Amino acid sequence: MQGEPVIQTVKSPKANVQKNSRWVSFIKELKRSKHYYLLMSPYMIIFFLFTVIPVVFSFALSFFYFNMLEFPRFVGWQNYSRLFLNDDIFMIALKNTLMFAVITGPVSYIACFVFAWIINELSPKVRAFMTLVFYAPSISGNVYFIWLIIFSGDSYGYLNGFLMKAGFILEPIQWLLNENYILWIVIIVQLWLSLGTSFLAFIAGLQTIDKSLIEAGAMDGIKNRWQELWYITLPSMRPQLMFGAVMQITTAFAVADISIALAGFPSVNYAAHTIVTHLMDFGTIRFELGYASAIATFLFLLMVGTNKLTQKMLRRIGE
Amino acid sequence: MAAKMIRYFRLPRTLNRSLPVSILLFALLALFGAFMALPLIYAVNNAFKPLDELFIFPPRFFVNNPTMDNFLDLMVLMGNSWVPLSRYFANTLLITIIGTAGHILLASAAAYPLAKYRFPGSRALFSIVVLALMFSPHVTAIPNYMVMSWLGWINTHASIIVPSLAFPLGLFLMKQFMEQIPDALLEAAKIDGASEYRIYWSIVMPNVKPAWLTLMILQFPALWGSDGGSFIYSEHLKTLHFALGQITEGGIARAGVGAAVSLLLMIVPITLFIISQSSVMQTMATSGMKD
Repeated sequence: MQGEPVIQTVKSPKANVQKNSRWVSFIKELKRSKHYYLLMSPYMIIFFLFTVIPVVFSFALSFFYFNMLEFPRFVGWQNYSRLFLNDDIFMIALKNTLMFAVITGPVSYIACFVFAWIINELSPKVRAFMTLVFYAPSISGNVYFIWLIIFSGDSYGYLNGFLMKAGFILEPIQWLLNENYILWIVIIVQLWLSLGTSFLAFIAGLQTIDKSLIEAGAMDGIKNRWQELWYITLPSMRPQLMFGAVMQITTAFAVADISIALAGFPSVNYAAHTIVTHLMDFGTIRFELGYASAIATFLFLLMVGTNKLTQKMLRRIGE
Repeated sequence: MAAKMIRYFRLPRTLNRSLPVSILLFALLALFGAFMALPLIYAVNNAFKPLDELFIFPPRFFVNNPTMDNFLDLMVLMGNSWVPLSRYFANTLLITIIGTAGHILLASAAAYPLAKYRFPGSRALFSIVVLALMFSPHVTAIPNYMVMSWLGWINTHASIIVPSLAFPLGLFLMKQFMEQIPDALLEAAKIDGASEYRIYWSIVMPNVKPAWLTLMILQFPALWGSDGGSFIYSEHLKTLHFALGQITEGGIARAGVGAAVSLLLMIVPITLFIISQSSVMQTMATSGMKD
């Protein structure tokens, strides 16, 4: 019966010593890394101040009712339960967003890589020119203009005019006001616009690949371009591929501007309504900021989950 | 003609494509390229259209009777403006240059330790940066304003410049590229007695030149197109984009000037893009620092 305390007194100093030494080595490690902290500090201070604090604040706000006039009132999970149980339009937005993401995400990711891969092999001057051409939609300001003319609902719209001349249709179609077409039109325009950040990162990534690796690969029996792509090019570009994946996920799930420019806000019968347009509706029109924050938090979790999945898949490249 | 074009597909590689594949690829690139170049062509054409052509119905893509009227009108308008145009231009230049150069500097300084070393907190910090990319900026606008007003930065250029220095995108991009620098290179420098700062500046940065040139062409247009947001309200602090945007707000009568404005606003980012893209290739041709 008296054994137990004895054992404890024997044990505790030992544990203390262990704890102490772990603490000491931790401090040592901190001291050893002081240059690293110093290098990071300017960025991190600004980053926490202007990004992390607002994000944490919005996350907290998702548990409050806040209309910008009254002091925020704590409501617990109410915003979230309303989102899933009481908001039919959110369900439409969720369905549309998933549809956008599932189609535009992978397609534009692969397109970014394929075009970067082809362009990278052109002679330098042509390469610079082609990169500019493919990146053009991302730098020119008035891009939706063209699509509004092409899909214009009268018989002078380019697509209507073409189809009527060719005899496929007899009357013009209201492309941008028709529930059956609008989602697909937004998807097409989104794809056209999507050769942006990841495309440029891939181009730069392809240029940093070690040329001697490719020569070595040829020695080791790599027979064709596809093998070269799978065993050498893709694995050496893994960091850029991961970067591209994150960028594609963040853009594919956050479609909003294109939908608003082409389909209007709100779109006919919410046919092109997305999570972000829903969020803008509550955040900037109805001023229900707590609810808008709940939507943002949900979107965030959706992206994080997709990202985890994608990164797992990307690790298999070159195996 | 075709043979001349195909010569552009010179492959400096050990594996060569067959001629038909090259032709197919060229056709594919040309087709998609024409499609992607549409907005550029449209913007150029629009800027030279006389007013009657801008409003012609059905709308035309190409200009018939090119004119410089739109640009002349713009000059007259700007000459009458209350705050001289040069002021707006200087504001935008200040924001864009400090914001871009500073971002590249700070983001890569922070990316270097995260890419190459493990130390307490390194993994957590990096994941926070990546996660920050995924939170919708629409809801952080109000807390952001509160931070700004707490700092007393409302209606200063700092409110635009300082947050742009630490956008998450830059750190993520730089870190991914720095991972590829061989450790042996850094160790060799350390044995030679170089400090961490020296390594960052004279070894890491030259080796990731394509990365920071890319970051430059991503960050520059974003700041160049900044209209001051909700933080700047004094007229003499406003940006070029805002001033030119106001001209087009004048309605239908200003449509021609508006077309000229959008072309002018595009010229600077595109010029920068071309310069940086060609220098990416020059660096890669000369540096052989890989193991």
